[in-house]
Amino acid sequence: MIGLFNLLLRGVKAIDWPLFLIVALLAAIGLLVMQSAVGGTDWRFADQSQYFVFALLIMWVVAIVPPSWLARLAPVIYVMTLALLVGVALFGETSKGATRWLDLGVARIQPSEIMKIALPLLLAWYFQRREQRLMGLDFVVALVLVAIPFFLIVRQPDLGTALLVGVAGLAAMYFAGLSFKLVIPVFVLAVAGIGTVLFFEESLCAPQTDWVVLHEYQKGRVCTLLDPTTDPLGKGFHTIQSTIAVGSGGLYGRGYMSGTQGQLDFIPERTTDFIFAVFAEEFGLYGALTLLFLFALLIIRGLVIAARAQDTFGRVLAASLSMVFFIYVFVNIGMVIGLLPVVGVPLPFFSYGGTALTTLAVAVGLLMGVSRQQSTVSAN
Amino acid sequence: MFDFKSVTQKQRTLFILRVWVAALAVLMAFSLLGARLWVLQVEEHEGLLKRADNNRTAVLPLPPRRGDILDRHGEVLARNFLRYTLDVTPAEIDQADPFLERLGEVITVSDYQKKRFKRKLVEAGRFTQVPLRNDLSDTEAAFFAAQAFRFPGVQLRARWVRQYPQGEVAAHVVGYVGRVSEADEQALEAKGTLGNYRGTDIIGKKGIEKSWEHVLHGTTGIESVEVTARGRPVRTLHRIDPAPGEDLVLSIDMRLQRIAEKAFRGQRGALVAIDPQTGEVLAFVSQPSFDPNLFVDGIDHESWRALNESEDFPLVNRPVYGTYPIGSTFEPFVALAALTTGKRDADTRIYDPGYFELGKTRFRNAGMASYGQVDLRKSLVVSSDTYYYSLASEITIDSLHDFMKPFGFGQKTGIDVDSERTGVLPSTDWKKKAFKQKEQQRWYPGETVSVLIGQGYSAFTIMQLAQATSVLANGGDYFKPHLVKAIQYPASGKQKIFKEPPLHRVDLDPEHVRAVTEALEEVTVTGTARRAFADVAYPVAGKTGTAQLFNLKGSKYKKEDVEERLRDHSLFMGFAPSKRPTIALAILVENAGWGSEVAAPIAREVMDAWVLGEPPALEHYVVP
Repeated sequence: MIGLFNLLLRGVKAIDWPLFLIVALLAAIGLLVMQSAVGGTDWRFADQSQYFVFALLIMWVVAIVPPSWLARLAPVIYVMTLALLVGVALFGETSKGATRWLDLGVARIQPSEIMKIALPLLLAWYFQRREQRLMGLDFVVALVLVAIPFFLIVRQPDLGTALLVGVAGLAAMYFAGLSFKLVIPVFVLAVAGIGTVLFFEESLCAPQTDWVVLHEYQKGRVCTLLDPTTDPLGKGFHTIQSTIAVGSGGLYGRGYMSGTQGQLDFIPERTTDFIFAVFAEEFGLYGALTLLFLFALLIIRGLVIAARAQDTFGRVLAASLSMVFFIYVFVNIGMVIGLLPVVGVPLPFFSYGGTALTTLAVAVGLLMGVSRQQSTVSAN
Repeated sequence: MFDFKSVTQKQRTLFILRVWVAALAVLMAFSLLGARLWVLQVEEHEGLLKRADNNRTAVLPLPPRRGDILDRHGEVLARNFLRYTLDVTPAEIDQADPFLERLGEVITVSDYQKKRFKRKLVEAGRFTQVPLRNDLSDTEAAFFAAQAFRFPGVQLRARWVRQYPQGEVAAHVVGYVGRVSEADEQALEAKGTLGNYRGTDIIGKKGIEKSWEHVLHGTTGIESVEVTARGRPVRTLHRIDPAPGEDLVLSIDMRLQRIAEKAFRGQRGALVAIDPQTGEVLAFVSQPSFDPNLFVDGIDHESWRALNESEDFPLVNRPVYGTYPIGSTFEPFVALAALTTGKRDADTRIYDPGYFELGKTRFRNAGMASYGQVDLRKSLVVSSDTYYYSLASEITIDSLHDFMKPFGFGQKTGIDVDSERTGVLPSTDWKKKAFKQKEQQRWYPGETVSVLIGQGYSAFTIMQLAQATSVLANGGDYFKPHLVKAIQYPASGKQKIFKEPPLHRVDLDPEHVRAVTEALEEVTVTGTARRAFADVAYPVAGKTGTAQLFNLKGSKYKKEDVEERLRDHSLFMGFAPSKRPTIALAILVENAGWGSEVAAPIAREVMDAWVLGEPPALEHYVVP
């Protein structure tokens, strides 16, 4: 009896309640919007509910595992995931022009999704090991560890996931103490680069311009973002329709299940990447800002956990995972409201899909693990 | 002493600074999102709300009618006819299974159709029409129309369906259409024409249907309609009619095509007949054939397996995809090479004891025959391989390659059907590229010997042999071979006829061409093809060929002893009337044995039909 009680207590203690509350709130709103997006009865709603139950379980299990174990497993997980990515490149299943899935016989998996977790874990472990002797070369090693999976995923091609993996890696390096002398120029260069692209849009998007590293469809996405009106029936359709949806929501929204853009199918991918458009149309600016606030809380809670963590592993892991959440939200909402190109990044806890939800659950579980370790340490 | 605590403390302070910077970046980024949301939802709200309301107008594609495919006299090879279809609007039905059950009381829906419907239902939006059945008979359509009120959300429609009235005849020329696949969509998107395919569910997959897709398809029209909040069309606001696809007039003569296919008498093989003065393809046979109608609505599993797994490979387009050794039908061109390069004169005599020796290897004549003194004329008439073997010491493989290349051997002819293969015109360069090991990359003299009689590494398509024969027939003009003679505009009935000058000229001495042609004429009079061309009413130049697949190692060849699929291919190349040819052709019958016994009689039937047949009625052609 007592053993069971202890186990239960340990399980309850494993949970970081502020984080859990924020996530639960987001999940509840997410399901509500999903119900509207699918328009009444549809298998997607039932599916998504089941995924949530499953995700909750995963989150809890991951939260119980002591972070020190995870630290030890990190290199193995990374190498295995890398092997799977190579496997995808060699024998992956191709669908809609992209090779992202690997059929292992028992299950079909998407290794790039695992990499979102495996990379921060590995870098956290690496920087922990090198803690007292950190030098410039370590960051070069880290950059290589980031670059390999990044390019494998870009090649699939899956720009969205590659972006998330890349940001996770760079964030880890930043939090591990990469010199500001390097961080600031890179940041400035990136902003300047985007500025240049916006400025020279016309010549860059001319059909004869070849973008060398990017695929034709990726060029199309960027160019369509810069000027969606050029292809209203094709590539620009997504952005045009989603901004109309968001804009028509106004301050208060058009009411739950009453947005014409969403209900009449004008929003493309309305259950997955563009679900925010459905939400913003029906709940308006107030709703959208509330949601942004909730996501901000999630990220800040993650950063707080990082700040309180007792070792480099916990700090780097928690902080870079928080930045992954941030990029998820920023890129997804940014593309829905026409700020960023349409890259396939889902909205956490909102977009339909079991794989993405599982990854999120693992990330939240890891944050909880780091948080618990800190609390047990301070209890001691 | 090393103060561990203060170091970690310092580290922590630095880390927290970095967290603050990150938090600041997050805050800034979110403010940017917030600002953009404010712009959209407050500043531009009214305009965007109006646009959302205007979205009540739906733009519907109006798919064009696909162009017909006709033969040179207007006989139909591909056309469209009306069929009734049932389409379903997902938003207006309940769950799929009870719905299908209810509908099943009125109209039969097969398990395959149910499965396909359910799969499409999952992918489709709620207001996109999902096809349920697309092959309703008139009776079924009438019956459903009476019951339609019970099934809101189910629309009875008429649509164009592709039909191939000739069935298996010329199937490899016409090819077929099939449903637009994901791969097709990607290809269209890459070309930037995906928009033109909205509302179109078929696309050319093979043959002319594929290679001329851009002309046949037409331009999709647009109809904007006002829809209710539930998505139902109320009235038309604006309409741009679709422009139908253009009809294609082929150079194929269906009468000749039917005679040629029949002449194969069920045997496997290929035939290409070309008008040597224009490059127009008159007959294009690939046997066995298949019924392209099977593919139009998606081929059923059983038929697909039957076609795909058949040992006779009916889906393979033999004239362009099959590469074969062409045996002695290569020799007229080798003879021409010997004359042109000055290695031999027409009257140079070679002693033929029945074999040619190179080092320790003996290369034998077919059928173990020996012909004594042989000149160029006799070599072609009796088919003396030794005459050609012995050239190996006079001509290099590379100079042979350079001579043959402009005839089109080992080159894609560029004919307007898909899946044409290059074949192999051997040369030392080719061998270097084809093999990896140093030892294998070397060219051996013995290999030249085999190539000279159309064996060894050489592998050509029957299309190439026909094209080369055509070049020989007209004395050196290389016209681009083509199957489409003209585009016919459906509205006016006017035609745009393709008439192009030769792509290049093979530099030949008319005297040499005459020497070879006269020898080839003799072949059909006293030579290997005399029986097939007995009592022919016009002069014919031709050469039989028997291509070995099986190394006989000097043993005497007996048809019965060799397994059917390893038996020799029977070949013929020729043109008629030999003075001013109107037809040049090449024939191969797989594993049929002697060229004189099988391929030559087919050539006779086809040439008779073309040269003696009713002159084609050309009056109804309208020249723009």
